[in-house]
Amino acid sequence: MKVSFFPGCSLEGTAREYGESIDAVSCFLGIKLEELPGWTCCGASAAHCTNEFLSVSLPAKNLLLAEKLKHDLVTPCAACFSRLKNAEKTLIKESQKNGAATPFRGEINVLHLLEFFSREDLIETIKEQVKRPLSNLKVVSYYGCLLVRPPQVTDTKNWEDPHDLDDLISLLGGETIFWPYKTECCGGSLVLTNLDIVRRLTGRILDMAQEAEADCIVTACPLCQANLDTRQKEIGNAKGVSYNLPIFYFTELLGLAFGLKGTQKWFRRHLVDPRPLLKAKKFI
Amino acid sequence: METKLISLPVTVNRDTRFRDLVVETVGETIFSCYQCCKCSAGCPVAFAMDLLPHQVIRSVLLLQKGKALSSRTIWICASCETCTTRCPNEIDIAKVMDVLRQIQVESGTGAKEPKVPIFHKTFLNTIKRFGRIHELSLLTNFLRKSGGIRDNFKSGEWKNDLRLGIKMFLRGKLKLLPPSKKGVEELRKLFDQAEEHKKS
Repeated sequence: MKVSFFPGCSLEGTAREYGESIDAVSCFLGIKLEELPGWTCCGASAAHCTNEFLSVSLPAKNLLLAEKLKHDLVTPCAACFSRLKNAEKTLIKESQKNGAATPFRGEINVLHLLEFFSREDLIETIKEQVKRPLSNLKVVSYYGCLLVRPPQVTDTKNWEDPHDLDDLISLLGGETIFWPYKTECCGGSLVLTNLDIVRRLTGRILDMAQEAEADCIVTACPLCQANLDTRQKEIGNAKGVSYNLPIFYFTELLGLAFGLKGTQKWFRRHLVDPRPLLKAKKFI
Repeated sequence: METKLISLPVTVNRDTRFRDLVVETVGETIFSCYQCCKCSAGCPVAFAMDLLPHQVIRSVLLLQKGKALSSRTIWICASCETCTTRCPNEIDIAKVMDVLRQIQVESGTGAKEPKVPIFHKTFLNTIKRFGRIHELSLLTNFLRKSGGIRDNFKSGEWKNDLRLGIKMFLRGKLKLLPPSKKGVEELRKLFDQAEEHKKS
């Protein structure tokens, strides 16, 4: 199985362990994620907040590259996914309106990595490969905003109560807990400009995860993970409480359940070290 | 004989260009807003806003350009898309925020939250330079351009930044070298085209 892969800009930096776990897990499952040659940034919030033309043309450039290769385009970042899907919908709408041929024909699908791993055939493979079930690991799934909203762009079916991530964790033997903040915003786009707002939003999410008695939070986006993982100490200090909630990428938990070697290398990169929890549960 | 004054009906030509610009991008559905406030009720950032999302929509409809563009709201909206997703009248409220920000930036006047447009500009300049985001360049250039270094010293926030920076570095999460500039020429052409679009 071969697809084009749009890593996004964080995978070599702040989300390094996401990239490493994606490589390891996809290699193990025999999936060829071929990095889109010559890919460039999708423009993220900066483009759509300030320049309409760039907000479509920057992601569209990557769509055209992918269509030439004729494979579906998969991305692990919720923000990249949102911009790529938005460009896809806009270009298709434009071509229908004008009746003219546009460079993008819409012959490939744009998928988030979670969506891709939730395909029926892959679910079967994953199920067969679970060697070390994540028994007793109480997990809340955090989808955030752009993976699911707005559904006209993301094509998500259950945008107020998504369950792809929950289903996947259950498959790995983990215990998923229902919580009301699956899609609550963490304020990621304001992280360098309005830290007070970000701390309040992220703090609410951490509080709710604790109230639901979760051991950890699982995410599918580099920006969500970074925000929830790196801010716990400063939010805790300001409130006079102490947080210790490991924030996993779903691919890290896949790797753990498959019994892959080298998982500790990923966990070492977290700011909230998940290893004490994993040791207590006898997973490592 | 008594003279009668007849008052003739006067047609006022109101300048609707501001609203037209918004409608052109987000569609006619905006006229259906009946102020149910669902957008404001679900907005995670409402607590910090000076105009609530439903009030922004009304200000656009009433041609209150200054009120909308000078608000803090348009810059602290986190683009989480909750309002757009839940609006019973299918108004793309998050997109309205985008268009207002775009108009504000074009107007060249000061923004209520000046750091946010500086961040966006720095972000776009970074990708124009490298083709991709180099997190360290983005961070340092943003701090330099927004006066963030000075502010962080005053507020004591620099201690948090430094602590976080060192931890990230030790964990291999700070990529020092910028990315290879693959595909950057094509990308720069798009920036040129964006400039031409603005002019037209």
